Amino acid sequence: MDLQSLAVILDSALRLSVPLLCACLAGLWSEKSGVVDIGLEGKMLIAAFAAATGAHASGSALIGLMAGIGASVAFSLVHGFASISQRGNQIVSGVAINMLAAGLSAIVGNAWYGQGGRSPALEGQARFNDITLWGTETIAAVPVFGPLFREVVSGHALPAYLAFAAVPLTWFVLARTRFGLRLRAVGEKPAAVDTAGISVPLLRYAAVTICGVLCGIGGAYLAVAQAAAFLPNMTAGKGFIALAALIFAKWRAWPALGACLLFGLLDAGAIRLQGASLPVIGTVPVQAIQALPYVLTVILLAGFIGRAVPPAASGIPYVKER
Amino acid sequence: MIAKSLRITLAGLVAGAAGLAGQALAQTEIKPAIVYDAGGKFDKSFNEAVFNGAEKFRKETGVAFRDFEPTSEPQMEQALRRFARDGHSPIVAVGFSQASAIAKVAAEFPQIKFTLIDGASNLPNVQAVSFKEHEGSFLVGVAAAKASKTAKIGFVGGMDIPLIRRFACGYVLGAKSVSPSVEVFQNMTGSTREAWNDPVKGGELAKSQIDRGADVVYHAAGGTGIGVLRAAADAGKLGIGVDSNQNGLHPGKVLTSMLKRVDVAAYNSFKAARDGSWKGGSAVLGLKEEGVDWALDDNNKSLITPEIKAAVDQAKADIVSGKITVHDYISDSKCPG
Repeated sequence: MDLQSLAVILDSALRLSVPLLCACLAGLWSEKSGVVDIGLEGKMLIAAFAAATGAHASGSALIGLMAGIGASVAFSLVHGFASISQRGNQIVSGVAINMLAAGLSAIVGNAWYGQGGRSPALEGQARFNDITLWGTETIAAVPVFGPLFREVVSGHALPAYLAFAAVPLTWFVLARTRFGLRLRAVGEKPAAVDTAGISVPLLRYAAVTICGVLCGIGGAYLAVAQAAAFLPNMTAGKGFIALAALIFAKWRAWPALGACLLFGLLDAGAIRLQGASLPVIGTVPVQAIQALPYVLTVILLAGFIGRAVPPAASGIPYVKER
Repeated sequence: MIAKSLRITLAGLVAGAAGLAGQALAQTEIKPAIVYDAGGKFDKSFNEAVFNGAEKFRKETGVAFRDFEPTSEPQMEQALRRFARDGHSPIVAVGFSQASAIAKVAAEFPQIKFTLIDGASNLPNVQAVSFKEHEGSFLVGVAAAKASKTAKIGFVGGMDIPLIRRFACGYVLGAKSVSPSVEVFQNMTGSTREAWNDPVKGGELAKSQIDRGADVVYHAAGGTGIGVLRAAADAGKLGIGVDSNQNGLHPGKVLTSMLKRVDVAAYNSFKAARDGSWKGGSAVLGLKEEGVDWALDDNNKSLITPEIKAAVDQAKADIVSGKITVHDYISDSKCPG
């Protein structure tokens, strides 16, 4: 395999891992604070829908991104209200969010545009176009690293860079700041945080809001950058794969990046290896290649990562003692 | 009751499945319906063509039709049965995946007329219409090979089924007829019905082919193809549309479209039922019957040079006259060359 095809696969892997990464980090924030969120899928979907309609109506991709984040945060707060203030079952609330988003986006989309739930295709400024990073051409002269940088690192859309920037940010905030430490404490032992005079609900609301923002970026990336239109159910299970990646990464930011890149790479590899002839094995059937990411997920989750322990208070509503 | 009134047909003497019943016999009151395939009504391709044909009928005759977009395979059978029970007839079932549902439901409702697009059936109340996609694909293969500067072209299929391999095979044969050295990259989107509606993956497949040097990419992938055409247009390369005329999706970036006249099939089924000339049976429509064709309009006029046009027209004439026989993948599950 030459450098060019390697670069192509890596480039594709990066693109495919962006929505996963957004949802995975979103889930990380939420679960670290003790709110289980299986509504990542629904939030990304409603964000994708809002982003596409916003971008289409305003002609600006940035406004689309804002609309996507807004919709996703609104759904997050609904989930927060149900699971923090009302102390409801977080799984039920998450499932409700998923169903609501899937139905709402398709029906409203159909009513507005009459295209079977699709949004019109986004063109020009209404789309996030690929950004060529500063200095790419200078670096491109460097052998091996240069072309790789140009093909792989440079040339992605704005939300993709936001997603990757969120990884160190998440790590730093959760590991090094007072807010982050308190947030994690709320997910482990909320009573202790409460005793210290810090509001548990407030911290949890902050966490689900951040979760909403990240899901919003992921959804906007799907609709406004990658597909350049909204399609019914376009998240296609990415929110759930992100949950798998989160467990896989044991609720830590950098491993989450690794897990999402791995899933993206497997997906990209499946696309690229299709019909290609491999040494020794020969041409691999399409079906075998396509099953590869799932088979590997099962194997990796089944035994290669060791025990994954979620935050202790994850999924348990906090009831203040009276 | 309605079923009975439908039976007052004056024997379909005139038209077969292609049904060009010019002489309007007694006009029967009909309640037509459509059940779409997985791509959905507005896939800008296969299903939308059926919808357009039905819309044309509605505008001409004022006869409204019901339609349904199934979201899963079991729903197809349910929808067909519900329409049949409500007395809708003819019912157009779109896509090969409804063949087994049709076989069941049509046997239960022998008085209802069914039209199955892209399938086979031997029930008397089923009209099975299929197309010689390999012939149309051959033409766009010729156009692609002529238009390609790199002598590398791509094909992105939807679900990996023999029908789509038939598209691919015709395309390859067409391209190789221009120059045997043309390299054709082939990819299938998936092996489940989601493969018809995954434009992101379609775009990735097209990008990977373009990165390998392809400069014309043909898709036979329903809704997935929207992503293929977009990726080609974004990269400054050419796409080739399928089923409907997709030249207008990215004007100047879509070389041509392989037309599959499913709109005509739906229109004719409705019309024949109204005229009382509807007949069950199988019809296979090729270039000769104008069931498949290539699209040339204002959107791609600048891309089709006189040389390309001459080559495609020549190939078309040769296929119609029988000078060239395009190999059908389904006949032996192989593609020569």
